[in-house]
Amino acid sequence: MAAAPDTSGSVATGWRSLAVPLMLPTWLVIGLFLLVPVALMGVYSVLTKDFRGGVVWEFSLAAYDQFFVTRGLFGDEPPQIEWTYIAIFWRSIWQAALATLLCLLIGFPTAWFIATRSPRHRALWVFLITVPYWVNLLIRTVSLRFLLRDQGPLNEGLMAIGVIDAPLRIINTDVAVQLGLFYSYLPFMVLPIYAAVERYNFALSEAARDLYAGPWTTLREIVLPVVKPGIVAGCILVFVPSLGAFLAPDLLGGAKTYMIGSLIDEQFRGSMGNWPFGAAVAMILLTLVLLVLLWQARAAGRERR
Amino acid sequence: MRQAIGIDRVVKRYGAFEALKGVSLSIADNEFFTLLGPSGCGKTTLLRTIAGFEDVTAGAIALYGENIAALPPEKRPVNTVFQQYALFPHMTVRDNVAFGLRMQGVALTERRARAAEMLELVHLSDFAERLPTQLSGGQQQRVALARALAPRPRVLLLDEPLSALDLKLRQAMRVELKQLQETTGITFVFVTHDQEEALAMSDRIAVMSNGEVQQVGDPRTIYEAPVNRFVADFIGETNVLPVMVDAVADGRARITLPGGHVLTTDALEGLAPGAHHVSIRPERLSLATADADLTVRVERVIYLGTDLQLLARLADGTPIVTRLQNSSRNELPPAGADVGLTVEAGAARLLLD
Repeated sequence: MAAAPDTSGSVATGWRSLAVPLMLPTWLVIGLFLLVPVALMGVYSVLTKDFRGGVVWEFSLAAYDQFFVTRGLFGDEPPQIEWTYIAIFWRSIWQAALATLLCLLIGFPTAWFIATRSPRHRALWVFLITVPYWVNLLIRTVSLRFLLRDQGPLNEGLMAIGVIDAPLRIINTDVAVQLGLFYSYLPFMVLPIYAAVERYNFALSEAARDLYAGPWTTLREIVLPVVKPGIVAGCILVFVPSLGAFLAPDLLGGAKTYMIGSLIDEQFRGSMGNWPFGAAVAMILLTLVLLVLLWQARAAGRERR
Repeated sequence: MRQAIGIDRVVKRYGAFEALKGVSLSIADNEFFTLLGPSGCGKTTLLRTIAGFEDVTAGAIALYGENIAALPPEKRPVNTVFQQYALFPHMTVRDNVAFGLRMQGVALTERRARAAEMLELVHLSDFAERLPTQLSGGQQQRVALARALAPRPRVLLLDEPLSALDLKLRQAMRVELKQLQETTGITFVFVTHDQEEALAMSDRIAVMSNGEVQQVGDPRTIYEAPVNRFVADFIGETNVLPVMVDAVADGRARITLPGGHVLTTDALEGLAPGAHHVSIRPERLSLATADADLTVRVERVIYLGTDLQLLARLADGTPIVTRLQNSSRNELPPAGADVGLTVEAGAARLLLD
């Protein structure tokens, strides 16, 4: 700072000297409630499990070993890759990706619709989109379960008007999980895209049409690239929580729709749990998510160049 | 003279509001045609109906004889330069310029060549790889021009393209636009609210107000022979005086000016004797050496460099502005003096109210 021009007394420097005390609460909150728990999780994942639940403070890689390696039912065979948990991961990624795509397909037109209303109506529509989220997610998921079950209003209604003869098997299937994820995270797709479309200059679309692009070409060549930051943000905001979701798969899915979230959740329940293993699964999930975000950030950085 | 655009009784209604009230215009091939009027007069709406961004409520728009009123914008061989340029922010300057060609299916090599040619035309060859945000306003304006010209449209539409530029740049661009129109031979339809811009560049001007065309003519006619009070007022500075038309014969009218002096001037079609108004441009008035046409009381003399502006009033209080060329011969009357003014022959133009 010795070479910096003397700006002491200016408003900018006045605020700069206040920056550290002003930021302190934020750093404290992030540190205490975000970094410390994650670090704790990392530490727990390399400890030994206690058979009553909890941990014994003794270093062990058993949790990671359990995730990746199998030595047969009695542990006496040569080590092989354990596919059980990788398959759960793969299914979770697949489910989360599908939910993200579904949210995008429904969310984009919704966001477009809202952003093209008059300013007064826009506020109303955004409000309506967020209203269901004033109710707790657990309650909403349970009511969705009630809605979708074999003797629920959906099936009874469809049978009453004669569309189907027998109840549709929705509950405890992947379809129900998809519906649950879609319903839980749709606003996280709609809101960032809405923000991007609202800033979109519609003269750009006119310019494209004027230069011989049809409506669909205009969407592909001009609209989507320009609002892409909003779409990417929406996809991340839906994909990441969907990947770790446990309410929807737990309450709406069946045994076959087991996802990472439920796997982790189970490890911390009662004396049957395995804390180091749960922590290890969480750490692996965290690493995966960070890799995706890092890749996205690098792709965005390359584009801005 | 071949017709480029024929606009036939075009009506555009938004709910109860009528933006265009049956506009008819004929724009010639290779013409620099300007739609001039205050904001809200319908000039931009008219341009947008030609581009295809707005459909017409009634009427027809013909482009070289073909009715295009029902075609979407991408099917019309016209291109537009937008007011705020509307450059594609995610594309380089070159890709912006080549966009129309790409949409038309022109091959890559030719696309490149034509884009380079266009960028040269607007002196931006060194900026091909930049993004629009890395350019100044004037440069963005040129890119917008190059982009609209690249597909070689038969008609170029320009929606107040200079309004976002500063004065110096605006004046330079006027000359450049006019040159560009002459070298390319493309018909230009130019929208502006700036009468000086319109006078400087246009072959012909249509003055619009309230969704109607008030007068169409070359700049000289519009300025020197405005048909009504709106045109006289809107284009340049003018003095509007109440007069009595005493007699009309053979296209000439004998009028009595306030103060009793009698003049003869061109009559308008269907003019009846009685109370009317005339418009007299300030520079067409001069200090009388002998017999004065008007007698005024001087209120103030304003020094403007090349000109002197004389603010005065008639006996009935009507304000009269006179512009005198600044020369050493001028003997200027002091404020409060009564002076005589001479109206240049033919300078008093009768107006339809």
